[in-house]
Amino acid sequence: MRSRARKLVLLAMLALLVLVPPAAALLHQLFYVDLLRRVMIFGIAAVSLDLILGYGGMVSFGHAAYLGVGAYAVTVLAYYGIHDGLLQWAVAIGGSMLVALAIGAVSIRTSGIYFIMITLAFTQMLYYLGISLDVFGGDNGMRLPERSQFFGLINLNNGTEFYYLVLTILAAVVLLVQRLVESRFGMAIRAAKSNEARSRAIGFSPYPYKLAAFVISGGICGLAGALLVNHTAYLTPDFMQWTRSGEILFMVILGGVGTTAGPVLGAFTLLVLEDVLSGWTEHWQIILGPLLVLAVLFAKRGLAGLLPGGRGG
Amino acid sequence: MNLQLVLEQILNGLQLGVMLFLMAAGLTLVFGIMNLVNLAHGSLYMVGAYLATTFYRWTGSFVLGSLLALPATLIVGVIVEVVALRTLYERDHLDQVLATFGLILFFNELIAIIWGRVGLFTDLPQWLSGSLDFGGGFSYPLYRLLIVMLGFAVALLLWYVVARTRIGMLVRAGASNRMMVAALGVNIRLLYTLLFGFGAALAGLAGAMAAPIYAVQPGMGEQILIQVFVVIVIGGIGSIRGAFAGAIIVGAVDTLGRAFLKPALATLISPTAAQAAGPALASILIYLLMALILALRPEGLFPARGH
Amino acid sequence: MAEALLLARGLCKSFGALRASDNIDFDLLEGETHAVIGPNGAGKTTFIGQLSGDLHPDAGTIRFAGEDVTSLRAPARARRGFARSFQITSIYREFTALDNVALAVQARAGHSFRFWRRAREEDVLRDPARRVLEEVGLGARAGVLAANLAHGEQRQLEVAMALATGPRLLLLDEPVAGMGSDESQRMVEFLSRLKGRQSIILVEHDMDAVFSLADRISVLVYGRIIATGTPQEIRANADVRRAYLGDDVQLAWAHAERR
Repeated sequence: MRSRARKLVLLAMLALLVLVPPAAALLHQLFYVDLLRRVMIFGIAAVSLDLILGYGGMVSFGHAAYLGVGAYAVTVLAYYGIHDGLLQWAVAIGGSMLVALAIGAVSIRTSGIYFIMITLAFTQMLYYLGISLDVFGGDNGMRLPERSQFFGLINLNNGTEFYYLVLTILAAVVLLVQRLVESRFGMAIRAAKSNEARSRAIGFSPYPYKLAAFVISGGICGLAGALLVNHTAYLTPDFMQWTRSGEILFMVILGGVGTTAGPVLGAFTLLVLEDVLSGWTEHWQIILGPLLVLAVLFAKRGLAGLLPGGRGG
Repeated sequence: MNLQLVLEQILNGLQLGVMLFLMAAGLTLVFGIMNLVNLAHGSLYMVGAYLATTFYRWTGSFVLGSLLALPATLIVGVIVEVVALRTLYERDHLDQVLATFGLILFFNELIAIIWGRVGLFTDLPQWLSGSLDFGGGFSYPLYRLLIVMLGFAVALLLWYVVARTRIGMLVRAGASNRMMVAALGVNIRLLYTLLFGFGAALAGLAGAMAAPIYAVQPGMGEQILIQVFVVIVIGGIGSIRGAFAGAIIVGAVDTLGRAFLKPALATLISPTAAQAAGPALASILIYLLMALILALRPEGLFPARGH
Repeated sequence: MAEALLLARGLCKSFGALRASDNIDFDLLEGETHAVIGPNGAGKTTFIGQLSGDLHPDAGTIRFAGEDVTSLRAPARARRGFARSFQITSIYREFTALDNVALAVQARAGHSFRFWRRAREEDVLRDPARRVLEEVGLGARAGVLAANLAHGEQRQLEVAMALATGPRLLLLDEPVAGMGSDESQRMVEFLSRLKGRQSIILVEHDMDAVFSLADRISVLVYGRIIATGTPQEIRANADVRRAYLGDDVQLAWAHAERR
């Protein structure tokens, strides 16, 4: 029953997202295509974080790192005249997975607050590294010379085509993560989150499974980074700023930890809220900050908890 | 590379180190004893810097301005604890991190509204702006020297209070057993609030000292906060000794790395390559150090006892 | 004579000045139920921790089925056939009873780097799990969240998880602790059905349980084994009686003797 309700909610969300570009065109509000493309890109990042946070219990305060690595991979290749999207994105995913492997190998040995601080610190390290790379604009960043190319099949300069590509990738990522967490692998990391001592006693060594989940999560987030830099057409080290990590974390929490659609809903809520608030006042963060505090204090279950069949699984 | 330069950089490293220590001490105490992760600790540092600068302008006295900033930051800290953080003690670290993240946004914006987004700059008073001549052609800015000495004095005082006084005993006991301290008839709630205020005052002191030498601007707190995390991870969480050792190490490595890595690399690789790689490597040096120490000693150099 | 299934020699473990294990020799024969008893604070938890691999002994060796396992950690020992229950119930509370046991089956079935197929739809995991649940008497409770099971049922579930790993050695840490008399009687009956088929190390406070289940009993006092023998020998042992003097176990003791 519940899984059926969940499927219906997911399909309804998918249908709404499919309808955005024609609706926006009808209303002459193309701005919304742009906003929702951004929402979906961050949705992918948030889903990737939820894989390790919601199912693996790993509170990464450094997911902006992989956004950055993905974005840098695309831009650096483009800078050297390589515009083949498949190659660029493969390097973005592979590079992010490698970085995640290095960061994860050190940080997964620890837990709790150490894990939070270490992932944060390593991301800050990459941020400073980005700033010090003068070739790629240093502090200011640089324009993406050309958007990724796919043999002329998909044109990312066309807002609508790009939109549907992002939507397709989002749907694929949600499906992939959903299958992952229900597979043997997923059960193993969820078990380790639930009771590590029990897992060890029945013969699971949590470390390799957690590390693998961390690396997969990093790879997916790296893909989001490749999309993001194509979206903005501008690379900046700010992609890796620690506040970005905090935002992605908030998207997951707002939407609902350990849920299928939650992180996407969370990305939608946070980004739309930011958009609306910043339309009101230049000092929108003074409203957003306390709102976030209140959300943590009083809305623990997240938005997905409000949807039929949203919880569980 | 001459001896004077090396000496100067070592002192610079110590100066950064003691500032990091003032920050780390408050953060690690609050974590070790109250089990609270406070990302907004950097905001208190920022508040301290702004208040000290403002009071200095009002009173015309640098010392008075800095002294006034301490109780003022303490009060801000107490308000934050009572209004927002108190409810977070029983929550998990994730909730604490997120809620205090929200506080950072709030504080940065509040400061921007009151003082604007452009940084404030303070000139040191005449009597502090000189350099002390050590002879042999070596001189060092008086104010920075003062920071180092003040930092060491505070460290000593902290050690004395925690190791030798009744308050310190309660604080240490509270860290290992809250129920026991409560059973002694001590008002834990009040103790926590005061402790948090004290940590805030230390951060405020660091901010006040930083005001004349660093840019005072919104967001200044986060830059140092993440370095302080590195300090705490290296030193071992919840331990004052570890915070001190970690702070001095990070201060020295960061400063010396920025000063000497580029020339040192230039002797190994081509100057142009060193020109590019030197600053990049210097800026990530402390993080690499953190990774190395974690690989060797996951608990940090001086893990707190009783954990 | 063949080597014992488990052979511990000279185990020492100190925490500061406290010698929690003081030169312990211990063995378990194939198919035997060997109980470890002792007053509170005797070092039973430390001892079982070293056997399971959660604690590393300061000195001494542990051999299992002819192999030195001293330096292996808990997961590696589990894969070689150790299975345990914990003194304080340790289950996956957010999962159903069937999930719990299926996870134990999965842990036995080799690595879990399988990313696509839904684990809950794999008969090779679910069927054996169902069988074990039936065996311990939880068949009707398969779909219930573990957190919502009664305390006694949770203890049964823990034993079920241990059994589902297909163990060669069961380490049971106070399996009847905190159970009502009905529940604990059922657990003892269940364990007595396992007797002979399974090799069991039983750490237990409940003397009824110990004397009705054990083939041999070792008595641990202040980190040392002061006696090992059959239940009759242990009952007759003067040292043992002295060690227990003043402990409220004395009462249970007398009770056990009357049976």
